[in-house]
Amino acid sequence: MTDNPFSLWVYLSQTPLLWLTVTLAVYALADAVSLATHRNPLMNPVLHSIWVIGVFLYLTGTSYTTYFGGAQFVHFLLGPATVGLAVPLYENRKLVAAAILPMLAALLVGSATAIVSVMVFAEAAGLPRDIVLALAPKSVTAGVAMGISEMLGANPAITVIATVLTGVMGAIVVTPTMNRLGITDFRARGFAAGLASHGIGTARAFQVDEVAGVFAGIAMGLNALVTSLLVPLAATLLLR
Amino acid sequence: MIASLSIILICQLIGEVIVRGLRLPLPGPVIGLALLFALMILRDRYTALARGPLRDNAVEGTAKGMLAHLSLLFVPAGVGVVQNLDLLAQRGVAIALVLAASVVVTLLVTAGTFLIISRLMVRRRQSP
Repeated sequence: MTDNPFSLWVYLSQTPLLWLTVTLAVYALADAVSLATHRNPLMNPVLHSIWVIGVFLYLTGTSYTTYFGGAQFVHFLLGPATVGLAVPLYENRKLVAAAILPMLAALLVGSATAIVSVMVFAEAAGLPRDIVLALAPKSVTAGVAMGISEMLGANPAITVIATVLTGVMGAIVVTPTMNRLGITDFRARGFAAGLASHGIGTARAFQVDEVAGVFAGIAMGLNALVTSLLVPLAATLLLR
Repeated sequence: MIASLSIILICQLIGEVIVRGLRLPLPGPVIGLALLFALMILRDRYTALARGPLRDNAVEGTAKGMLAHLSLLFVPAGVGVVQNLDLLAQRGVAIALVLAASVVVTLLVTAGTFLIISRLMVRRRQSP
């Protein structure tokens, strides 16, 4: 089999091993660069892993289905990692309990802002109705956002793209924006990151500060609930 | 580590069952998170529960190990997006600008609300 390098490639490119290795190796490299640049927001490891692997798949003519056959083992861990957010939450529970009121206020106001702002801006930019609807739930984690989008009859594939773009953009802009405004309260910074840009924002928050990560995780979980209640309401009120 | 991972997966599994059963608009793992949190609180109250993965920071260590690489876990789904970018075709730039503006506004309003309320609370506590 190995006397022909092409047949070796054909074999390897169909196994989960190759694509799992590519995912881990590219991420390890992107993370090392991020660490070496002192977690510079522009060196976001998610962003750079995504495009490097995307280009690699394009150049090798590999389908996403084949790639996901290997990458699914990593993807699967999203669920257990979300459950694991209970641990830092537990360890910082006194800090969290003392901030219940600011969190609830920021949750309701922030969630409404996330939905209304994107819909108003999208209408102003002249985007068609179905895209406006597909963008509305972009601040919540992809699985929930897709469900909301389907319920409204929008295109869930566009919603997924919007959630990933929102996550990456939020993760990149949150630190410089908060620093420039002199906001030093990591509870507020983290909560905003998790609310505006779900898991990718939460991952960023954990890179910066553990307290920020805890508050980001809470915001992400609660916003999934509030957004699924608010988006249908906003859709009927704003898009009559 | 295997026992810790098992308890995390059990929490997630129960979470999925509850979410599907009650048709809640929440991801199953979020309910799983609440369950694991409750389990750790109960363990502190009833020492009989402090065994196996709930002892000696076992489940804590496993969870933190996964959270340390939370960014990695978003890569597979993200690559799917890159392959579908043609869906945005002519409107990609407008959509990206709209999303960028919205994320900045959301960050500012959320952090701002959090700070205003927490400062009001501090002030109220200080005044007699």
